[in-house]
Amino acid sequence: MRICVVGCGAVGSLFAANLAQLEDVEVWAYDLAREHVDAINANGLRLSGAGDVLGQVRATSDAGELPLCDFGIVATKAMHTSGAVEATAHAFAGGCVASVQNGIGNEEAIAQHVERVIRGTTFPAGRVLEPGHVQWDVKGDTTFGPFEFRPAPPEEVERLADACTRAGMPAAAVPDARGPQWRKVIFNAATNPLGALTRLTHGRVCERPDLRALVTGLVDEGKAVAAAQRIELDDDPERLIDHAARKDVAYDHKASMLQDVEARRPTEVDYLNGGIVRFGREHGVPTPLNEAVWALVRGLEASWTR
Amino acid sequence: MIERVCVVGAGVIGSLFAGHLGRVAEVSVLCRREDHARALNEHGLRVSGKADFVSPVSAATLPAELEAPDLVVVATKAGGLEAAAASLQGHWPDAAVMTVLNGLGAEEVVRRHGEWPLVSAVTFISGTKHSDTHVEYILDTETWIGPYRDAPYALAQEAGELIARSGLAVEVLPDLRPAQWSKLIFNATVNGVAALTGLPHDFHFAEEDEPEDLGRLVHALVDEGKTVARAAEIELHDDPWEMNVLATRRGSAHFPSMLEDVEAGRPTEAELINGALVREARDRGVDVPLQEALYALVRGREGGYS
Repeated sequence: MRICVVGCGAVGSLFAANLAQLEDVEVWAYDLAREHVDAINANGLRLSGAGDVLGQVRATSDAGELPLCDFGIVATKAMHTSGAVEATAHAFAGGCVASVQNGIGNEEAIAQHVERVIRGTTFPAGRVLEPGHVQWDVKGDTTFGPFEFRPAPPEEVERLADACTRAGMPAAAVPDARGPQWRKVIFNAATNPLGALTRLTHGRVCERPDLRALVTGLVDEGKAVAAAQRIELDDDPERLIDHAARKDVAYDHKASMLQDVEARRPTEVDYLNGGIVRFGREHGVPTPLNEAVWALVRGLEASWTR
Repeated sequence: MIERVCVVGAGVIGSLFAGHLGRVAEVSVLCRREDHARALNEHGLRVSGKADFVSPVSAATLPAELEAPDLVVVATKAGGLEAAAASLQGHWPDAAVMTVLNGLGAEEVVRRHGEWPLVSAVTFISGTKHSDTHVEYILDTETWIGPYRDAPYALAQEAGELIARSGLAVEVLPDLRPAQWSKLIFNATVNGVAALTGLPHDFHFAEEDEPEDLGRLVHALVDEGKTVARAAEIELHDDPWEMNVLATRRGSAHFPSMLEDVEAGRPTEAELINGALVREARDRGVDVPLQEALYALVRGREGGYS
């Protein structure tokens, strides 16, 4: 089986390096960061932290070099989905492509370029330490399911989930993967922008009663939008939020959006709060708080060019 | 007849008032720092920008060291008000006191420390302090003045005439609350949004085309404020949304003080502005979820100073 990870940042690297441990899987990585690609080809792709792994991965910045693959795993930031998949789509002419990205709308973007799409949500997290070397911060589960409008066959979804599980990235294949995806989106949309706007870590956002109440307001809007689409959340996002706020879990974690803001990089807010607002509008569910934080983070991004 | 004026607080607003009034009255300045008082006694107060002159002023850090004034102009920041009012206690029983602060409630703080007749003022002038003895006058907009509670209208008129003769634009109103509320809603919204986004008060604040455009949030925040004003039976002097749109068209964008405070890591005036508006809403049972969110975020941002 041949798998290509599209976007080999932190999360993409967790999949690529682990999958490369399997004898029956050949792993490719497509990424535009040339130094990272060169390091992977020279020394392999290394993970440390929650697991120490060295994977033999064939990396390239030239989509033309990619062979035909059985699976794609898209792990770019959400704003790069369309460009990355358009460039690599030829490699998936006979295969299936899964998203393991943040936010809403990635599968729709992928489906504009490939036929068989898998909706995915993943909880492991890490960060790139240096080219070819990724810190694995948190282990976690992944859920895959066919994307409703351009579905991959269920047995192919099973085959990808099975490979990930065997590789040490536990994954479940389910008929409807929207529940876990919306749980994560609601979690991210309710907490990341507040960290980004206040510069507070996840734990410090949650210990301020007024901000914690705002988190719940944002969660409730997300839940209403999910419910209007008949999406059944696999768990209450509030539980995940409180769990992550514990001192021994992610109290000191700076949300990725806060990291983006500190580095003045574009954030994923359009795909988090923006996604909830868009689906809310389509289903007649008002989302004033999500609109508010979306506008504030957009304003923050605009201030960098002032 | 007002012949002697004491300005309390020599920040931007206090300096602009003291400098201007020094042209038509005998002006003293009550400062916090000894070296500030010394510098003013030695060099006077220079006003540049929209005007260009130097006013002689006498300055001290204790009221007992100053000659009793006929009018006291309190122009501290919100955070310095309580201490300034306490220092006036027992002094100058024949003077009138005019407060020129953002937000609501400054008059009541002063009232707790003495029985002086009170005049309320809100000002839209602004500038930049280049040193303890030099302030640049940038926005030559209006100051609105009115009697507080049972103080005579004639007193406000007298203060207004003096200030107008000193070269500042003044409007005297029989009841200042409609103007104070207009500015309160304007400030809570514009200052809060600027502090969180890092944007000066520029065109973004009036843009309403897309769901994530900042002007839509600004408009919604203003509408919430107007609901509170209605519940308080206040007929606004100016529409805060129109004030916002006009201000964004003034050419060079203004950096609201709350934005400057946040960037300098200083405490903001959010309590007296956003806090005042939210508390007025709660007291009257009016729901203001967006203003509540803004207030929580600004307070969180202050909690996130490193």
